[in-house]
Amino acid sequence: MESTISRRHFLKVSALSSGGMLISLSFLGNSANSNNVDDTPFAPNIYIKIGADGSVLLMAPNPEIGQGVKTSLPLIIAEELCVDWKKVKVELAPLNSKFGRQTAGGSGSVRGRFSELRKAGATAREMLIAAAALTWNVPQSECTAEDGVVSHKTSGKKLGYGELATKAATLEVPSSPKLKDPKDFKYIGSRVKDIDAHKIVMGQPLFGIDTKKEGMLYAMVARPPAYGKTLGSVDESAALKVNGVKNIVKLKNSVAVLATSTWAAKKGRDALVIQWNTSEKLESSSDHFATFKTMLDKATTTPARNDGDVDAAKNGATKLLDVTYEIPTLSHGQMEPLNFFADVKDGKVELFGPTQVPEEVRKQVSDQLKISVENITISTPRQGGGFGRKLMADNGVEAALISAAAKCPVQVQWTREDDMQNDFYRPAEMYRYRAALSADSLLAWHQSGIGIGRGVRGDSYVAGALANYRSEGQGLASNTPTGWWRAPGANTLAYVAESFMDEVCSALKADPVEFRLKLLNKAKQEPVGRISYDPEKYKGVIELVAKISKWGTKTPGIFRGFATWFSFGSYAAQVVDIKMENGKPSIVKVYCAVNCGRVINLSGAEGQVQGSIVDGICHAMYPKVTFVEGAVAEKNFNTYKFLRIKDAPLDVEVAFVESDEAPTGLGEPALPPVAAALASAIFAATGKRIRKMPFTEQLG
Amino acid sequence: MPVYTLSVNDQTMSVDVDADTPLLWVLRDNLNLVGTKFGCGVAQCGACTVHLNGVAMRSCSLRISAVGTNKITTIEGLSQNGDHPLQQAWEELDVSQCGYCQAGQLMAAAALLKKVPNPTDKEIDSAISNICRCGTQIRIRKAIHLAADKLRSK
Repeated sequence: MESTISRRHFLKVSALSSGGMLISLSFLGNSANSNNVDDTPFAPNIYIKIGADGSVLLMAPNPEIGQGVKTSLPLIIAEELCVDWKKVKVELAPLNSKFGRQTAGGSGSVRGRFSELRKAGATAREMLIAAAALTWNVPQSECTAEDGVVSHKTSGKKLGYGELATKAATLEVPSSPKLKDPKDFKYIGSRVKDIDAHKIVMGQPLFGIDTKKEGMLYAMVARPPAYGKTLGSVDESAALKVNGVKNIVKLKNSVAVLATSTWAAKKGRDALVIQWNTSEKLESSSDHFATFKTMLDKATTTPARNDGDVDAAKNGATKLLDVTYEIPTLSHGQMEPLNFFADVKDGKVELFGPTQVPEEVRKQVSDQLKISVENITISTPRQGGGFGRKLMADNGVEAALISAAAKCPVQVQWTREDDMQNDFYRPAEMYRYRAALSADSLLAWHQSGIGIGRGVRGDSYVAGALANYRSEGQGLASNTPTGWWRAPGANTLAYVAESFMDEVCSALKADPVEFRLKLLNKAKQEPVGRISYDPEKYKGVIELVAKISKWGTKTPGIFRGFATWFSFGSYAAQVVDIKMENGKPSIVKVYCAVNCGRVINLSGAEGQVQGSIVDGICHAMYPKVTFVEGAVAEKNFNTYKFLRIKDAPLDVEVAFVESDEAPTGLGEPALPPVAAALASAIFAATGKRIRKMPFTEQLG
Repeated sequence: MPVYTLSVNDQTMSVDVDADTPLLWVLRDNLNLVGTKFGCGVAQCGACTVHLNGVAMRSCSLRISAVGTNKITTIEGLSQNGDHPLQQAWEELDVSQCGYCQAGQLMAAAALLKKVPNPTDKEIDSAISNICRCGTQIRIRKAIHLAADKLRSK
């Protein structure tokens, strides 16, 4: 079969065949109000639509960036609604204030919405049961709901939700519907696969990068090649000669080339001849670290926390430890390079693309284009990773500005090099740790940190368990931008604090697990100052991981490291087992115990923990960003190194503490401890302390 | 611009593009086969993996002028209904997190199973070099073994 597909022809064809992404786009024009759908007989709240045919559509209110909330959030609704999950359809909700906080960040989606979504499902279920009871003229208490069907026990009568929908819609919405007894949960706590699992393996268009719309042009943007440089003169002549280039627009500090294909846009962008002016200092990582060192060695600043008298304890010590850790800048490296679709026309704006903060994108677009938020719609597709990069609104705002200037719908595509040079990085940091020891105990702990932009927090354990504790932090101002990177703060603090704890244990010849349990007992029984964690929960995960890893037993050739951390409301404890191969560590297995309250979807939860651990190992071992006069030296994945399957643990065993408490965070908490556990295992194998990331550079 | 006649997923298709256009962008922009993903553009991450005569290739670094009459298979052509043993295994084990790299992972794994129907861990290690920042490698490995089991029992 011969088929010639020109671009124009393709647009027509695909519009008819209605691929997934085109359906999403049709959403854009739809004023985002899910309650005003005429053909939906029953929509008791913004999350649920039930059709006359019994079809159930549930809305996932928070952006999906790989953390699984497009599955876990509607699953909570489905649980209380008593519908068959296999028949449920799920859509990512467009931005609408009725959905509340529509952000993906801070491991907050499930913990923030658990009660609200249960109530949403229970409300609809009660109304459907009431409609059935009215129909049969029987008491509601004699009716039950399961798999989208209401049954009357004694008479055996049954009505499907579709048949009840119209009547249910006429009933009063109950203000405090009865929630299920958790022992009756059918889905919550079970193993459910990702709602898009099939579409993903089919390669269906699900992502922002897949967006196409009639009349749309592709855009690539030339941005400053270094921090500290600004746009000067632009020679567009060569770019305009590139096949397919249609338009060039200048923004404040960048130039966008619009073309009929991504490749033409890239060739056009690369053909621009731009004079970049140096308007600020061009900073280098080597200078950052030199400054860190000077500042850390100087006298202390005002401590974030200061319990007891650390200096006096140092004077009375038999041994002092004093070590320094170095942490490089990191890029986010989410697999889908940034992109965004925007169509600014007749005072209205349609936005569609990857962001963790759709509301912030809309706000900034509104501010910049002077168009009220009522005239701006924004929806998010499934996103190829987030990790905190898309907590910044820049990619969406830029697309809107380009569309407004070019007066056409535009899909802005970033290259990997663009992502690497225009990130909001995990800041570089340096920490100095000091401890005062007696023959058999830890007398004082003194941590001092400095980072680009921000300082160290003071409240994490071991604070509260020690009479003498000091934590101080300093920030170094810089024009290299910083932002949030998966488990911000915790991802580096856990590495340095827990690595140092392992050094303390070695110096005291104490078992790392026993020693931490002892400290936590102290924090429980004789707390010093404020305690920001629950010592019992901390102990719980430590004891559980010790149990599943058979801590204390020895396997020939296997070396172990242990670490634990509390973040985003959840506790994680890990044991990393390595063996040495040709002088290099090979990770055999990681054990992890987690207390994250009630687990919603066991498959997704276990995946998040496994993924966080692999992610944490990857970034401990391989990549770093180096600024050289404002430019990032590592321009792509050939020099910004990521872990491959050969470097990943063969297995990660995950155990959740059984809990009836409300869910806490899970997209991040299993990442922070793993670097320290790995460094401790490497020490066990080699006797060498790894106090600098990336580890591979330390291993020779 | 020159016209290239391609064999994609057992169909013949013609495109009119610059000779230096990477196959990746021809698939995505011209042929609307967007399952093949862009990740790095320098043949590192493997999100753009397709088959050229059954062999895994990084389509971001393959110029259209070099494709010739070689048979191209993309994720959309891996199976008719998503019933390739690897696709089934990926679903059964719930491999995907964000899902962006998985088409490339599947195509790399499919090329491996063609050559080595029952790969060892070492063979998986040397054949699959795709990047996944979500950290799905643990389940990817299990899913490749599961797919190999399915192939054997067919």
